[in-house]
Amino acid sequence: MNELSASSRITYRAVMVRPGVARRIRGLSDKTLAWLFITPTILLLLAINIFPLLWTIYLSFTNYRANRANVPTIWLGADWYRSILTDPDIWAAMQVTAHFVIWTVLIETVLGFGLAYLIDKKFRGHGMWTTIILLPMMLSPAVVGNFWTFLYQPQIGLFNYVVAFFTGRAASSFQMLGDVTLSPWAIVIVDAWMWTPYVMLICLAGLRSIPDYIYEAAEVDRATKWRQFWSITLPMALPFIMLAVLFRGIENFKMFDMVNLLTGGGPGSTTEVASITLKRAAFESWRTGYSSAFAIILFVTVFGLANIYVKALNRVKSR
Amino acid sequence: MKRTMKTLVVACGAVAAALGVGAGTAQAQGKTITLCWAAWDPANALVELSKDFTAKSGIGMKFEFVPWTNYADRFLNELNSHGSLCDLIIGDSQWIGGAAENGQYVKLNDFFKKEGISMDDYMPATVVGYSEWPKNTPNYWALPAMGDAVGWTYRKDWFARPDVQKDFKAKYGREIGVPKTLDELKDIAQFFQGREIDGKKVYGASIYTERGSEGITMGVSNYLYDYGFKYDDPKKPYAMDGFVNSANAVKGLEAYKELYKCCTPPGASNSYMSEGLDAFKSGQVALQMNFFAFFPGLYKDPNVGGDKIGFFVNPAGPAGQATQLGGQGISVVSYSKNQAEALQYIKWFSGGDVQKKWWALGGYSCAKSVLNDPSFPNSAPFAKEFLQSMGMVVDFWAEPSYAQLLQAEQKRVHDYVVADKGTAQEALDGLVKDWKAIFKEEGKKF
Repeated sequence: MNELSASSRITYRAVMVRPGVARRIRGLSDKTLAWLFITPTILLLLAINIFPLLWTIYLSFTNYRANRANVPTIWLGADWYRSILTDPDIWAAMQVTAHFVIWTVLIETVLGFGLAYLIDKKFRGHGMWTTIILLPMMLSPAVVGNFWTFLYQPQIGLFNYVVAFFTGRAASSFQMLGDVTLSPWAIVIVDAWMWTPYVMLICLAGLRSIPDYIYEAAEVDRATKWRQFWSITLPMALPFIMLAVLFRGIENFKMFDMVNLLTGGGPGSTTEVASITLKRAAFESWRTGYSSAFAIILFVTVFGLANIYVKALNRVKSR
Repeated sequence: MKRTMKTLVVACGAVAAALGVGAGTAQAQGKTITLCWAAWDPANALVELSKDFTAKSGIGMKFEFVPWTNYADRFLNELNSHGSLCDLIIGDSQWIGGAAENGQYVKLNDFFKKEGISMDDYMPATVVGYSEWPKNTPNYWALPAMGDAVGWTYRKDWFARPDVQKDFKAKYGREIGVPKTLDELKDIAQFFQGREIDGKKVYGASIYTERGSEGITMGVSNYLYDYGFKYDDPKKPYAMDGFVNSANAVKGLEAYKELYKCCTPPGASNSYMSEGLDAFKSGQVALQMNFFAFFPGLYKDPNVGGDKIGFFVNPAGPAGQATQLGGQGISVVSYSKNQAEALQYIKWFSGGDVQKKWWALGGYSCAKSVLNDPSFPNSAPFAKEFLQSMGMVVDFWAEPSYAQLLQAEQKRVHDYVVADKGTAQEALDGLVKDWKAIFKEEGKKF
């Protein structure tokens, strides 16, 4: 009896409250309600994305240094932008970055799609091989950087021994990380090893999305496998491949951790990608204004290229 | 049953009271302060030493040790963000300018005066290097804590082998021994490069070539100084033309590159302290360039220590003999909430007996009372060499912009020595250009 009374009281209270709230909510327009729901998210985005971006833009026009907060901040106009865009070292870093991005994306796309094409065919041990192929991308870049440093070690490294086995050269006669010609390729190899499985996964999703009946129709029309690949598989998987290229391109444009661990930008500045130059300027030299300007230039570059690419991707998708 | 319960309650109450009183006493005794430094052998010795401080003062000690490769990044970030993690910091010698000018360290002049701590009681090079800013003025921001310089180790047992002695004499017409000059050092390194010792291929020398932080600069300086490199005109500060890129300095840079090319193990393109230790401890190299701070640990090493290892100072070059200063002073962080306790630690650390124990445990005291003691040169197999090195040290710029200056040298030197980019003259001319631009941005006139 008592329990019943308690439950009735709760219901009664709920009934008493609900109409008020409901009335208040009913009084709001759809637009106001929508704003009410998205305002917290917008505030969060403003605080953690937009404000830092605007602040960085402001700093990029000043002489501000984060380690010398007591020094008066002077407005420099576009001085940093001019100095960065005319600095040969910055262009060298951009070239290193371009080499890294182009080759890694190319290799990862070709290998990733190839692997996806193979994995898509059912064969014995298919699941096990898929898992094995996916392993590298599950590792932390810090771990990958460290163990590839050992693999590339000229005296004890497995990589050198494998190359020596196939080429007949002495294992310690070349150093992947200390040689000006080889080190840019050393970082490309490691990135390709780690991220090809990721491209494979996206391509696999693309291949699996192609309906079987299209191939069946092609079989009825006696199209060869080669013809089916060029006319069905590749065009239909193309938006997925392009998406993988976009993701890897953006990701590798800002590559830092793995390259920093493998070579630290060396030998000399041979593998100094833009993000390493940026980190040195921002957190070692503490040239906050300068590095803000460089960060904005990098952001605009990636954003611009990505936008052009997305337009191309949409065109392909709408075909 | 009732009585048992009563007894239990009383007992529990007594235990709780005792614990409560204990905790209260511990709290009343004092605070805990945090000391920040690099993670290396001397830091372990300091932990041991600091137990005496806790026992004496009741102040607990916490330690924040960071590996050398992240040491500057980590702690400069901490200081620049006005963090209060560290009450005391053993900061690198080059930080002193920035830390003093940016108000990150507490100025210690008044404290030293009040406590009767005199900088005359410390080796002059360490006072200038670790404590003063501006240099050579009586403005103190740290107490010299850990004296250090670059020195060399060699495989005494290999030098003593009759076959080695015979072959070396046949090749160079002199006995193999501790090198007096950089040319002799190169001969020895070249002699061992690729040689078989006990059926194992060994190499000449492990030297600093690291690109990311400060490695190659700390290494090449030992050659540059000996060949006549100077940071600026002694009569006109910041005037670098003809001093940084003098003909002699160019030869010094070329000599360092020759040593790197002829006589280092394969894959030594990014070596610093730990890589040098690994190469020496694994029996790969005959010679090793490294800081004295590691020598006590190397001497104790079961494989290459004891009778197998010898130590020597950086040999002379055509223009003289000098060596790169390492080491640090201990400072109180101005953002610390425990400054009084931190100063208490510095007072305790400056004590004569503490300094003696510091050296005995494996730290390098900078106090004259320890270093000028007649028994000091024989107190360790490397003590004499340490003393000699501290008498000829030169340090890198300690300006507030030191990190930028360092980065410029790292890039220019690594580009030339390891990446074979350009000539030595171009590298040093480029360095002068970079340094001028940095000083210009700083508002310096030259």
